[in-house]
Amino acid sequence: MIGPALFTLLSHWRQHRFQLAALVIGLALATALWMAVQAINTQAKASYAEAEGYLQRFDQDALTAPQDNLTVTDYVGLKRSGWPLSPVLEGRIRLGGHNIDIIGIDLLSAPPITSTSTSTSPQSSESDQGAFLISLLRAPGGLILHPQSAAPLSERTEVEIHASTDVPPGLAIGDIATVSRLLAEPHRLTRLIYLAPNAPSARALAALPSHITFTPGNSSRIAPGTLTQSFHLNLTAFGFLSFVVGLFIVQGTIGLAMEQRRGLFRTLRCLGVPIRHLILLLLIETAALAFAAAAIGLILGYFIAAALLPGVAVTLSGLYGVEIDNGLALRSSWILSGFAMTLLGASIASAFAFYSLWKLPILQAASTQARGQRILKNFATWAQVAAFIFVTGCLAYLALSGLAGGFVLLGSVMLSAALLLPLCLWHLLLAGQRKASSPLAQWLWSDARAQLPGLSLSLMALMLALATNIGVGTMVSSFRLTFDGWLDQRLSSELYVTARDDAQGTQLQQWLEEKGIRVLPIRFDVLQQRSGQITIYGVRDDATYRDNWPMLDALPRAWDRLSDGQGILISEQLARRQGLEAGDTIALPPGWPNKILGIYADYGNPHGQAIVSMAALLRNAPDATNQRFGLRLDASETPALIKEIQEEFDLERENITEQEKIKAASRRIFNQTFRVTDSLKLLTLGVASFAMFISLVTLWSQRLPQLGPVWAMGVSRKTLALIDILRSLLMAGLTALLALPLGLFLSWTLLVVINTEAFGWRLPLYLFPLDWLWLVLLSLLAALLAALLPAWRLFHLHPSELLKVFSSER
Amino acid sequence: MSVNRFLLCLSLLVPSSCFAQGFAGLGTQADGFAIPEPNYRFQFPADHGAHPNFRIEWWYLTANLKDEMGEEYGVQWTLFRSALAPGEAEGWQSPQIWMGHAGLTSASAHFSAERLARGGIGQAGVTLAPFEAWIDDWKMTGAEDLSQLDLAATGGDFSYALKAQAEGPLVFQGDRGYSIKSPEGQASYYYSQPNYRMEGTLTLPSGPVSVRGNGWLDREWSSQPLSENQSGWDWFSLRFDSGDKLMGFVLRGKNGIEDFRSGTWISASGAVEPLAPGAFEAAPLEWEEVAQRQVPVRWRVKLPERGVSVTVEALNRQSWMDVAFAYWEGPVTVSGSHNGTGYLEMTGYQ
Amino acid sequence: MVLSVTDVTKTIPQSGLDRPILDRVSLQLQAGQSLALTGESGSGKSTLLHLVGALDGFDSGEIEVDGTSLSSLDEPARALLRRSSVSVIFQQFNIIPSLDVSANISLHAKLANRHDPAWEAQLAQRLGLEPLLSRYPEQLSGGQQQRVAIARSLAMRPKLLLADEPTGNLDEATGDAVLGLMLELVQESQTALFLVTHSPTIAASLNRRLHLSNGGLT
Repeated sequence: MIGPALFTLLSHWRQHRFQLAALVIGLALATALWMAVQAINTQAKASYAEAEGYLQRFDQDALTAPQDNLTVTDYVGLKRSGWPLSPVLEGRIRLGGHNIDIIGIDLLSAPPITSTSTSTSPQSSESDQGAFLISLLRAPGGLILHPQSAAPLSERTEVEIHASTDVPPGLAIGDIATVSRLLAEPHRLTRLIYLAPNAPSARALAALPSHITFTPGNSSRIAPGTLTQSFHLNLTAFGFLSFVVGLFIVQGTIGLAMEQRRGLFRTLRCLGVPIRHLILLLLIETAALAFAAAAIGLILGYFIAAALLPGVAVTLSGLYGVEIDNGLALRSSWILSGFAMTLLGASIASAFAFYSLWKLPILQAASTQARGQRILKNFATWAQVAAFIFVTGCLAYLALSGLAGGFVLLGSVMLSAALLLPLCLWHLLLAGQRKASSPLAQWLWSDARAQLPGLSLSLMALMLALATNIGVGTMVSSFRLTFDGWLDQRLSSELYVTARDDAQGTQLQQWLEEKGIRVLPIRFDVLQQRSGQITIYGVRDDATYRDNWPMLDALPRAWDRLSDGQGILISEQLARRQGLEAGDTIALPPGWPNKILGIYADYGNPHGQAIVSMAALLRNAPDATNQRFGLRLDASETPALIKEIQEEFDLERENITEQEKIKAASRRIFNQTFRVTDSLKLLTLGVASFAMFISLVTLWSQRLPQLGPVWAMGVSRKTLALIDILRSLLMAGLTALLALPLGLFLSWTLLVVINTEAFGWRLPLYLFPLDWLWLVLLSLLAALLAALLPAWRLFHLHPSELLKVFSSER
Repeated sequence: MSVNRFLLCLSLLVPSSCFAQGFAGLGTQADGFAIPEPNYRFQFPADHGAHPNFRIEWWYLTANLKDEMGEEYGVQWTLFRSALAPGEAEGWQSPQIWMGHAGLTSASAHFSAERLARGGIGQAGVTLAPFEAWIDDWKMTGAEDLSQLDLAATGGDFSYALKAQAEGPLVFQGDRGYSIKSPEGQASYYYSQPNYRMEGTLTLPSGPVSVRGNGWLDREWSSQPLSENQSGWDWFSLRFDSGDKLMGFVLRGKNGIEDFRSGTWISASGAVEPLAPGAFEAAPLEWEEVAQRQVPVRWRVKLPERGVSVTVEALNRQSWMDVAFAYWEGPVTVSGSHNGTGYLEMTGYQ
Repeated sequence: MVLSVTDVTKTIPQSGLDRPILDRVSLQLQAGQSLALTGESGSGKSTLLHLVGALDGFDSGEIEVDGTSLSSLDEPARALLRRSSVSVIFQQFNIIPSLDVSANISLHAKLANRHDPAWEAQLAQRLGLEPLLSRYPEQLSGGQQQRVAIARSLAMRPKLLLADEPTGNLDEATGDAVLGLMLELVQESQTALFLVTHSPTIAASLNRRLHLSNGGLT
């Protein structure tokens, strides 16, 4: 029985291939976006986990010096008194033109750093591995990097570069001899890993030199996971939204397919197929379709993710200082989650259809489309659900606050707005109908209303997509505008020069000043605080700063007081992280000015930053490097000066950078940042347009009974086709108008709630009405495209088809 | 031990065979290192110190000890030096790598430990006046002529602290300290102090034990001591009740090459006589499975010209040094034509 | 006895009042017999047919089809009965639009696990469907569609064939031809036929006739 019954059910799709395609494509698109986002997230998280796991090997119990004055002598002394230790030296170097975090370990005593199959084949013999380790130990030594980080270095380094996926991207590992030579740090050590399984005895701890303390493992580092969580939450929200939009398509097509097959179901039941078997067979059918769609979605998703991942990687390293692996790996977790979501989504989307089939009396006539008051009642129920969701969301926001609360609020507002849409459209169309004078216009409005049930899901999808576009678009544009302004303020020197060393720096400064050029030395010291890294710059008292610096909040005469050494300026991120305001004091090692004179914007910096007077900097960090300088001069003089500096000081061209180049590089990073969101936003709109297209095309067969009589009354097919198009445009236009306020609310939430939590800075909200107009036009275009095929078919419809309406029931 | 793997590699990097009381990490090529020459005039105390221009070097002390109950023990304290390149450099840039091995053996238990360090930073090394050889908190300190030494080492579950008092002069092995290791002429500088009277305390998991006995120090350095055709060695230092001592070694040949046997007879009177090539004979009598391999633990040792025909038997058959370059090293008892005690080292058994 | 209806009463709610559409109706039908049920629109002819076909439930009385009592059957058992013993031909030739003629003909037989290609071929030949076997329903005329429905019903060799105005949507000539064929086949296969019609002419061509009015048979 099962076989023929299933065959009969499936035979429907042979006759409705387009519907089948719509169902599978809709589900596949939804899955693809979801999977892409999942793939990116999983990839990034795996990279973090790897990096964290890797760094933890160096982040075990350790002896450290809070003042960062641990020396090799300390180490030897402790070793000779029996402490089981392994030294670590960390720093940052420029290697082949790239900044790289570098960790030096004592290969003779360190915990294992990497499976020694590094760089050679996995089957490499032990003697190869031995030779490899010897080559790391023996001068000039070598560094192990992730293949992604190793590739650009090529042969531009003095040490041998070994690629290994064991090492996280952006990090170089080497023997301490090599690293201390590269860092020119023969005496300093960062920490001493404590190798014994048991914590040191109280007596041993008491005997430690006073500047050294015992630090239990895993306490000295902020996990990149927590920093970037918000970013991924953002992506996930986007993926989920796309998925929901996709589900609207699926719900629509499954509903239609069920509706169309009601007669078939009835016949099968008359022929003795029990309802349970029928439902089971439909479940199998849905699952099979979902599975096929998920498989297609998986492939699509993989390519989307692969295309977006480099952008995400740039974003993460640019904004959070975290490196992730660029090579997308197929991971079972996101593949499984994709399949699970698709199956789940398909069952949610088809649950209602199944339920109504279950309840369907065997003898009820086919296709009783709800009409009039019945539809209105349905929409009113949706509106009530919307109100409930909205209230719940608001309560959740108040209860949760923060990032999670923001997302809940966002989700509930979007969902309830979507549910409210059909009722709003109903009343708008009713109002339009009342205003309309000509009978044809009245028919247009009322017919649009009659079409609402079939179109409401795709219109909801369209509204969500539009609102997302407006919201995210506003955020990105606001960001860009703010960022550009900020760049102009921050990068006010015309030329930036980097000397080879401090001595040359001093010469260079003298030489430039003799030429009458205003020189702004860029000198800084990096403090490693428990709360994170702070870079403190020293500035000369110069009008450049007073005039341009992008202050968000400042005490009166802040710059005067700064140059008197009375205080400090801190970045917005630092202020937000520590909950500080102008006038407060910031916790710094003794000696540093700590009164906060002002807070300035420092977009795109994962670390804290602060400014003191040059005198205060040099008092606390006399060794601060003196190699970088900003030069103020007339822009037209820069080419000549660049040439002169190069000749006089034998500097590489890359040591001298024009303001414009730095700005361009910064903008590039930020454009990359939002390329992902841009793409997702467009994809979502695409999915929504597709949903509308599917709805219109599938509604087509149900339209004939309504068009037949109008045609018979003397309205030409051409007019009918035009009216059809007009109606689609009308609905899309109205939906777009309703999407506007929702989009604005979304922008506000993104900028004020989410962004502040996710990035650590708040942005002013700029409005871009032209963009909205563009979006409305885009949605109208989508509606037009979606309506064209049905209209074309209508236009070319043979009169006999229309006559059929009268000759038989559907 | 986390460095095991690394050192395993290090050991495999180069031919694994070696010679008396040696450790691997030795190349057959000199690579710019100095090479031992015959007729070398030793300079003391300077030659008690390190010779960074040579590839390898060691300070190697073994002792046969007894507690008050007559229970026998063996102790090993070794500092190895292995250079990645000839010479010395400041700080981390030093090419010298140091390794310490400590062993403690009783009839029923064997303990071993190792330490690793690099030169240049002061974590390990040898100074001359006063004499000190150290790695981490292990040390061997004393008079600059090595007539008196204090030594100490700590492992995971054992430690010892011993004093050594020399009761005779240094003994120069081979041709006045130039010791030939193969027919091809590989050689090392090699001298010993076989006459230490030892006393001190061993700390075992069961508690401290006071001990007394005899110690034997070997000093040896070289750059290309190995022939490619040697697979391992068996080294004996035997102390007979007659007061005579015998140092003998067998460098086991491979690839069809004969074993290379040599040694030194040190008579009770202190007279030192290098043995003619092949005069020293040693043949396994019984094998034992140790660390998943067969190792001979009972030997027939003969030196016909001196009427020596003895059985040498391990005090503890499982005297396995479970360190990066694992080998067998432990105290032995001697019976037959002569009775006595001694130390046996065996390497290269796969 | 293929069909036995005893004192069956069925009430359907109408305009707020419960009106018995069937009031203690009884009838019997033997194998090979054909029975025509006539009556005006709304007299309950179709309702009785649905009850007999295990498509709907009744309030009291008893219906036995091929020895099975319907009142005690749950839905799966009713489905089994429909699948294996009874077959219904409706006025709107309810054949499956997405299956071709040949698949439509064998569908019920396959569901009943009684697929017999030779018998189906014979039916197709007798009903003049042979040239149409690979066509789809939308390519057929009404008469052709109804012949497919008849073939499908007979293909599974039902004990009882129910037909509700099977020629109602056909012109007279076609209807007569289709009906003639159906009667012939029913006769040959010893199938009991229970046919609902409002046409006295059609009723006259059957073995027995009953008229339904005011909820009772006459």
